[in-house]
Order: sequence, then C-alpha cells, then structure tokens
Amino acid sequence: MIHTLDARVKFLLAIGFILTTSLTPGERWPVFILLLAVILSVEVLSELGILFVWRRALLALPFVLAALPLLFTTTGNTLFEFYMGKWHLMASWEGLERFASIAMKSWLSVQAAILLASCTPFPELLAAMRAVRIPRLLVAIFGLMWRYLFVLVDEAMRLMRARAARSSTSDQTATRPGRDIAWRARVTGGMAGNLFLRAFDRSDRIYMAMLARGYDGEIRSTPLYPLTAQERLVLTVGFLILLLLLTLAYLL
Amino acid sequence: MHHSIEIDHLTFAYPDGHPALDDVSLIIQPGEKVALIGPNGAGKSTLILHLNGILTGKGFVRVCGLDVSQPGNLNRIRAMVGLVFQSPDDQLFSPTVYDDVAFGPLYQGLPLEEVNQRVTDALNAVRMSAYIQRVSHHLSVGEKKRIAISTVLSMNPEVLVLDEPTAGLDPRARRSLINLLHEMPLTMLVSTHDMHLVRDLFPRMIIMDEGRIVADGQTEQLLYNTALLEQHGLEAPC
Amino acid sequence: MLYSPAPMHIPDGFLSTAVSLVLWVLSIVVIAYSLKRVSADLGERQVPVMGVLAAAIFAGQMLNFTVAGGTSGHLMGAAIATILLGPWAAILVMTSVVSIQALIFQDGGLLALGSNIFNMGVIGVAVSYMVYQTIHKLAGGKSWGIFAGGFIAAWLSIFIASLAVGLQLALSGTSPANIAIPAMGGIHAIIGMGEGLITLGALVFLYATRRDLVLAGEKPQPAGAAVWVVGLLIALALTVISPLASAHPDGLEWVAEQKGFLDTAQGPLYEIIPDYVLPGVSSEAVATILAGVIGTLIVFGVTLGVAIARRNRQSSNA
Repeated sequence: MIHTLDARVKFLLAIGFILTTSLTPGERWPVFILLLAVILSVEVLSELGILFVWRRALLALPFVLAALPLLFTTTGNTLFEFYMGKWHLMASWEGLERFASIAMKSWLSVQAAILLASCTPFPELLAAMRAVRIPRLLVAIFGLMWRYLFVLVDEAMRLMRARAARSSTSDQTATRPGRDIAWRARVTGGMAGNLFLRAFDRSDRIYMAMLARGYDGEIRSTPLYPLTAQERLVLTVGFLILLLLLTLAYLL
Repeated sequence: MHHSIEIDHLTFAYPDGHPALDDVSLIIQPGEKVALIGPNGAGKSTLILHLNGILTGKGFVRVCGLDVSQPGNLNRIRAMVGLVFQSPDDQLFSPTVYDDVAFGPLYQGLPLEEVNQRVTDALNAVRMSAYIQRVSHHLSVGEKKRIAISTVLSMNPEVLVLDEPTAGLDPRARRSLINLLHEMPLTMLVSTHDMHLVRDLFPRMIIMDEGRIVADGQTEQLLYNTALLEQHGLEAPC
Repeated sequence: MLYSPAPMHIPDGFLSTAVSLVLWVLSIVVIAYSLKRVSADLGERQVPVMGVLAAAIFAGQMLNFTVAGGTSGHLMGAAIATILLGPWAAILVMTSVVSIQALIFQDGGLLALGSNIFNMGVIGVAVSYMVYQTIHKLAGGKSWGIFAGGFIAAWLSIFIASLAVGLQLALSGTSPANIAIPAMGGIHAIIGMGEGLITLGALVFLYATRRDLVLAGEKPQPAGAAVWVVGLLIALALTVISPLASAHPDGLEWVAEQKGFLDTAQGPLYEIIPDYVLPGVSSEAVATILAGVIGTLIVFGVTLGVAIARRNRQSSNA
C-alpha cells in the first residue's frame, strides 16, 4: 500500500520522521517507543517484511562505536568499572542511557530511510526532488549518475575480475604474491583511471546522443501532476502525528 | 521538393590530424533506402555525425534543403534527421523509457499532451508500448535498440539514420528488427556490416573505404561484384 | 550488492539537530554557488560528464586493494574529481555521490546528509584544490607536480575531512572531543594513504593515455580567491580547535565556556517544562509503559488490518 503513495508524500514524511526523531531530546523513551510503533506500522503496511528492513539497518551499526566513549565519560552512578594498568574506566548508568538513546535514534532514522528507498522507484524520487525545488541541474546529474551507476559498477567488477584472473601465486618460493603495497595501489589506481577514462568517453557519446535529439543545454522535464486530495490527507495526518509526538517529547 | 540528404565534396580531418573523409559526395532522395557499407575505419560513423552537425567539415551538407553549417538550422535539422547510434546504452540516458522517448519532443518545445501523444505513437511503432514506465538498464539489447529507435521517431523525422542496427542481436531479435525497419516508410540510411540485411532491405548500396566513396549503385549489381567487395574488406552474403 | 560503509559517512542520530541544520545551510550555499559557476563556465557538455563521472567515482569506490590482513584501501574521490573537473563541478559530483549513497544505500543519514556533503564534498574538494594548485605551481608545470600534488591533495582531503567529522561529533555531544578528533584523524591519516596511492595511480594512467583530461581541470577560476579563503579558514579552524579540544578532557565544553558559547549539552537546552511528565500521570516509568502499550496496540492493529485486507483481496481474486 505504501508503494502506491506518491513519492512526494513518502519523501516528505520520511524526512519529517527523521527530523522529529532528531529533535526529540535524548532519553525520552516513551516517545521513542511510539516512534518505533509508527515506523513498525509503516513497515507492516509496506508489506516488505520487518526483517527485511532490520537486516538492511545493520549496515549503520558499526558507526555506533563512535558513541561508545559516552558510557565512560558521562558522570553519574556507576554501572561497572574496570582497571587497565593505570587507566580507571567507569561506566555510568547515565552514560548507558545516552548511548542507548543515540543508538535508538539512529535505528529509527535508518528504518525510515530504508522504507523510503525500498518503496519508491528512483525516477519517482527524482520527481519528488524536483517538486521540493531542488535545482533541475542537480536533479539531472543525479538522474544520469543513477542511470549509469550499475553500468559502471559492472565495468569495475569486470576490471577486478580481470585482475583476479591474473593474480596467482607462483611456485617459486622467493617471490611474494602481489608484490608490495605500492605496486598493488598503482594497479588499483590504474583500474580507477581506466574506469574514469571510459566514463569520459561514454559521456562524450551520451552528449552526442543528447545533441542529436535537440539538447541545448537547458534542462527540461515534464511537469508534475498536483497531489490528489487523498494524498494531501495522508501527508497532513502524517505531519500531525509527528507533531503530536514531538510535543509529547517536550512535555515529558 | 528537396533532396533528403545532399552531401557535396565533404572533407574532414579530426583535430589530431587523422583524416577521416575525403571529398565525399552523395544525394539521397526522399523515400530511398540506402545501405552504407565498408570496412572498419572507412569513415562511415564519421560521415553520419556530419548529418546533424555534430561534426562539421569542408564542403556542403544539406539535410531536407537546410544547410547544416548554419547554427540556426540545427534545431530543425536534428528533428528531421533521426540518428540512432550503435550502442543503445549511450542513447538511453534517461531514468525511464518514457523520459527517453519524451526527450526529443520536449526539447522541440511541444506542449505536454502532444509530447505524450508522440511518445505513445513512437512506442507503438516499435511495438514497445508496454515498456513505457520501465527502467532502461534492465532491458535486453534487442529491446533497447527498439526503444532507441523510438526515441528518434518521437520527433517525427523525415530521415532515419542507423549505425549498425543489427550488431549484437541474436537471430530472433535481429529478424524482428528487420521486420520493423521493413514496415517504416521513412527515408533510411543504414551503416552496417550485415550483408544479409543489405540484400533484404536496401535497394541502393554505397561502399566506402579510407574516407572515400568507391561505389554507389544498385545493391543487386554491386552485391555480386565479389572482386570489388573483397578489395574493400567485405564479403558477399552467401 | 557488496557495499561496505566507509567510516566517514555519518548516519542519522549521531549529530545534533543544530549541527545538522547548520551544515545543511552551509552545503546548500556552496552547492548553489557551484551550480551557478558550472552553468556559466562550462556549458552544456557538463551534465553528461558530471553524471557519468559521479557514477564512475561511486563504482571506483568499490575498487580496493589489500593493505594488510583483512583491511583494504579504497577511494573517496574528491581529489581526483577536483583535478579532472575543477572545483565547482567536483563539488556537484561529490554531492551527487554522497546523496545517492544516502538515499539508495543508506550509507550516511538523510538529516546528516548536509554534513556528509560538506565534509566529503566541500572540504574534500576545497582542500584538494588548494593543495593541488599550490604544488602544481611550485613545480612550474612539470609533471612531478601533478603526481606529487595529486597524492598529497588526496591524502590531505581525507585527513582534514575526518577532523571535521570528529569535530561535528564532538559538538553534537556524541563523542568527547579528545577521543573523537584524534581517533578520526589517526585512522584517516592511514586510510588517506590509500586514497593518495589510488589517486596517484589513476593520474599516472590518465597522464599516459589522455593527458588533456588531466590538464583540463586547471582552467583559470576567477573566483579562485574565494575558494582559497574558504578552504584556508576551514583548515585553520580545524587545526586550531582540534588540538585545543583534544588537550582538555572536557575539551569542547571548556572552549565553549571560554568563548561564552551556548551550552552544547543536550539535556538542559531542550527542557521547557522540566517537571511535567504526562499530564495526569505521575512518573516517567508509567509513561514509558503506557507508551509501550499504546505502541503495541497500534502495530497490532495495523498488522491485523493488513492481514484482513490481504484475505479480502485473495478471496475476491479466487
């Protein structure tokens, strides 16, 4: 059901959700739980499967380490402590709460982003960007980049496979496979240069194709249809819910 | 009544000095179907790029009566001559099929309803109407080639110029493309190595080699001049 | 699809709203100016070039080489983009790369996108541009200037961008300054070597095959002075604040107090009516439990509704 919503609505609500999460002060657990309920509901409605979303959310997990020091630097009641040589590290409950808040906010936000990306075909997302007045030149660059993303990734994969096919260990014990870092880096750099060269050549051919169809430097696109009343309703209700939760967060 | 294409003593060399075209002259009448053949490096693609002003050389090139060297004519010329390049991936550069086919009419400044009508008609003509919202990346080569053709058809051109249309296609896709081209009443110039295609669809044949035209005549006669063909790195179809 | 998150893309939730919004504003200003400059300077050919180069940089980020054991070095791309396209187009290209990474692959948050664009796009490009131009001129146009300049520009772009990330994390209260900044700087001083080496390799290849492309990005930029000033200010600010912050355990708060800045701590700033909980409810624990119950009911209700709708759809299709 979510899939059929207009991309503009999804885009604005996703950003609204992330903004609401960010504006919610830390440690407002009731509000976090309600926000989680909201995003879980949307996940259910989208029929993507909650596990699907959560698995992709794991990608953002490693960054959580950046907040780990908070455990130890926030003053408060001792959670646990340990000694490492001369270092005395003391974790506090307050620190744990702050850390958990950050992890929670991050998790909520990434779920919203995953939903947006998975329920919206990219061409529609481009249209949504035009609708929120992102400059047409920039949207055009995004569009071209996306169109040739997978093509160039394929080319990169082919280059890597070619390198792998030529990378073997010889029987001679004196040789070191892969030689040294400098050589390996130069090979990789050569591959990158190759990729860029092909990109330049391809962009020339694309430019000729654009010229052949009348391109004159100005970016033109088809105008967007206005939102239906139903879509506007969804947008309004969505924002009201977010506003409600935010108000709740400040009252707590 | 104008010639569709008129090339008069065209000579062109690339900026790095590499000579590509040497005193090329030819005339194509409305409705003619002409095949341009020759070995790699003969200058076929270079010649094609002169037809809509992407490249300009010494001499005259007139398309539907308009001089290509006049910048003011270029917009109209590019709508009259539909150029389909060899690699469809470079020609389908928009996010969706609709965006690509609508590109030409949009840049002609047409209103939205007419743009949509042109898109529908062009996709119908190549039998790809169902693909209108698809993303071009996932299509097969045959499908991409058809859509590439529709991207120029939507401009309602008078002349269709195709560079290696059947290259890279499997037999079924090739057969279906040939049938498609057969149905179109447009003036056609096709650069190709596919000699069967030439024999089936193109009554007139121009042979190019080393930037020069070495023969220009009836396909029926030239195709069986084995000596001439071999002299220029070509083979007759069996 | 194989895609490993790079340590410089900040996800949502780690930066305070204030920091995110400030960096958004800065990025938008720079992007707007870059759009104007690109349209004026470089003409219609640039859209396909920028789009496809952005895709190439994204794809290039997948090229890696083993450094030691399981780690690998790979590319961010600001330096090579700046050298090949000039600063303004490079900013747009990096904006595109970082935005698509965030939108499609959730590599970096959406609210944090402003800072990611600023760090990797603006700072990355500005530092690359300044360093490359300096060394290139020092070499008097000889080829070693290109290669040395490329390597150092690439390395510095990563290093300084990482300091910016550390600073932003510290300002947001997510990570103490005396850990975040040295940690980011230290790690990226090493990662930056990979960037430097790959950039160097790419330049060597391109110099041999298409020298015109390598030399193209050097067209005289009339507002080059603006780039220098901005870049210099950024670099100065970071170099001054970072060690200052690192030297004090409560580094940034100490700086803030000294300068009379707003208290950057999260809690007190946001509490408007600190003693109020839910009206009619007496303790926060109860409020939490209540929220949990309400939340569960909502999700349950939605799941039920979807299941019913699906059953109806199936029975009407049968």
